[in-house]
Amino acid sequence: MSLLKIKLSFSGGIELLFDNIKQKSVEISSSINSPNPTTMKDLISWMKDNLLKERPELFVSGDTVRPGILVLINDSDWELEGELEYEIKDGDDIVFISTLHGG
Amino acid sequence: MNIEMDKSENQELIVLVSRLKKENEQLRIRVKELEEKLNNKQNSLLNSNTNSKLKESTLQKTETFDKAPPIYKDLTLAEYMLYGRQLILSDFGKSGQLKLKNTSILIVGAGGLGAPAAIYLAAAGVGKLGIVDYDKVERSNLHRQIIHNELREGISKAQSAKMTIEELNSLCNCVAYEILLESSNALEIVQKYDIVIDATDNVATRYLLNDACVLSGKPLISGGALRMDGQLTVYNYKRGPCYRCLFPKPPPPESILNCADGGILGVVTGVIGCLQALQAIKIATENDESPNNLLIFSATSYPLFRSIKLRSKKKDCALCGDHPSITRLEDYVQFCGSGATDKSPSVKALGHEDRIEPKIYHNLRNKTPHVLIDVRETVQYDICSLPNSINIPLKDLPDRIGEVKNLLETPNTPVYVICRLGNDSQHAVNILKTHLKSELKEVKDIIGGLHKWSIEVDQEFPIY
Repeated sequence: MSLLKIKLSFSGGIELLFDNIKQKSVEISSSINSPNPTTMKDLISWMKDNLLKERPELFVSGDTVRPGILVLINDSDWELEGELEYEIKDGDDIVFISTLHGG
Repeated sequence: MNIEMDKSENQELIVLVSRLKKENEQLRIRVKELEEKLNNKQNSLLNSNTNSKLKESTLQKTETFDKAPPIYKDLTLAEYMLYGRQLILSDFGKSGQLKLKNTSILIVGAGGLGAPAAIYLAAAGVGKLGIVDYDKVERSNLHRQIIHNELREGISKAQSAKMTIEELNSLCNCVAYEILLESSNALEIVQKYDIVIDATDNVATRYLLNDACVLSGKPLISGGALRMDGQLTVYNYKRGPCYRCLFPKPPPPESILNCADGGILGVVTGVIGCLQALQAIKIATENDESPNNLLIFSATSYPLFRSIKLRSKKKDCALCGDHPSITRLEDYVQFCGSGATDKSPSVKALGHEDRIEPKIYHNLRNKTPHVLIDVRETVQYDICSLPNSINIPLKDLPDRIGEVKNLLETPNTPVYVICRLGNDSQHAVNILKTHLKSELKEVKDIIGGLHKWSIEVDQEFPIY
């Protein structure tokens, strides 16, 4: 087991759930759910347990993010990368963005 | 003090009346000029023999509701002069200008996003601009909704936008819709336009517009802004996704912040609104090669912009997929569980016995020892606050219960809670009651918050 260093960013109001921090580098196990490699699903649950400061229902819903949050992996829509099944790699840049509705 | 205030208010009204009179006078002169111009135009058109031109003039006069709009094949002399600086651009040129002239664009929302979008599109020479807004101009709009001004306070935003546009570029055919866009009227309006700009401020209308655009085959340029951040996406365009491809389910209503509660820097909506106008021009002039992407703007990040590659249209999308289950407009307020406006709903979390009117609190304020907790965010507390109040933001309250406990001189000391509008203060009372059940004899929230305090008790206290 090794550690993966990844960058997490929060935008569109999600940062309010994470102590108002917009960017954070974290180190996570390459196999949170041993022996399987760490996936986006594992990361979301790890974030819920380790980083989330308040109101988990505004971040997660079941084993994924709540409706209205878009996840981006290395500047791509996570749908293009396999969504929850995507295997996290060292150096990944992952953004959680809430859609903005104000005008 | 009251007499002094009445005096200053009087003075303000006198100035306003005189400004409006002046504007009215200028407008009358302008109306006269335009009427003369119109008469001359109609006379010269009658004299000319070309049937097509006659047809155009009738169409323009009666507003092109059911008939197809005229197709212009050339620019007028006035237009060459007006648009000269963009005509000489190789990426735009005369063909671009003509395409713009023949394009109709619908802007839904004449607020922070719609204001700059409408101004730039009208100035650039878009042939027809529709503007939908049910709301009226308020003083707190003006820091970002720069299409309106102080004199237009209280009048329809759609009409105010139309007035500005007509002053800016009289060649633009601007149609004001003073209505709330709903399932019953959206398709009829959207169908009359080539491109739609979503400059709204609420989730329900965003789904409604998305569905109306997919059902009538129009590209939707969607912008959103809040606090220091903005977003821009084009939906339903060139095999790209629709809003439902990305967000099949609406967000939980409690996760949605509006500009009144979350705040918004005016220029942030300006940046996104301008980008919406730019995107509309690129689509109208068929000059858009960019792939499906989401543009994220953050005034406090570096770099300011990030562009994210988006999925294509989803085959299993309920609306634009291969086998759509949504074939007509729905009830979006029900679907989203939140209203079709951005007005903050009033919370009713407490019974009458747990609340106190500002006037009654005012009477006991100097007589009864008590603790007053202000649960607004510190940035708001720093704007203005009541003397002797203690600031504990709502989200910190559960962790700072000990502090409240220490403030109580005796278990009988009453605690009052205040916030901006009287919503959060109710939640705070519930938190205090849960955590300090035995220690607290009386805890009440002040009805209507500092807003009502300002209206009913101290008119010198700022409303923001």
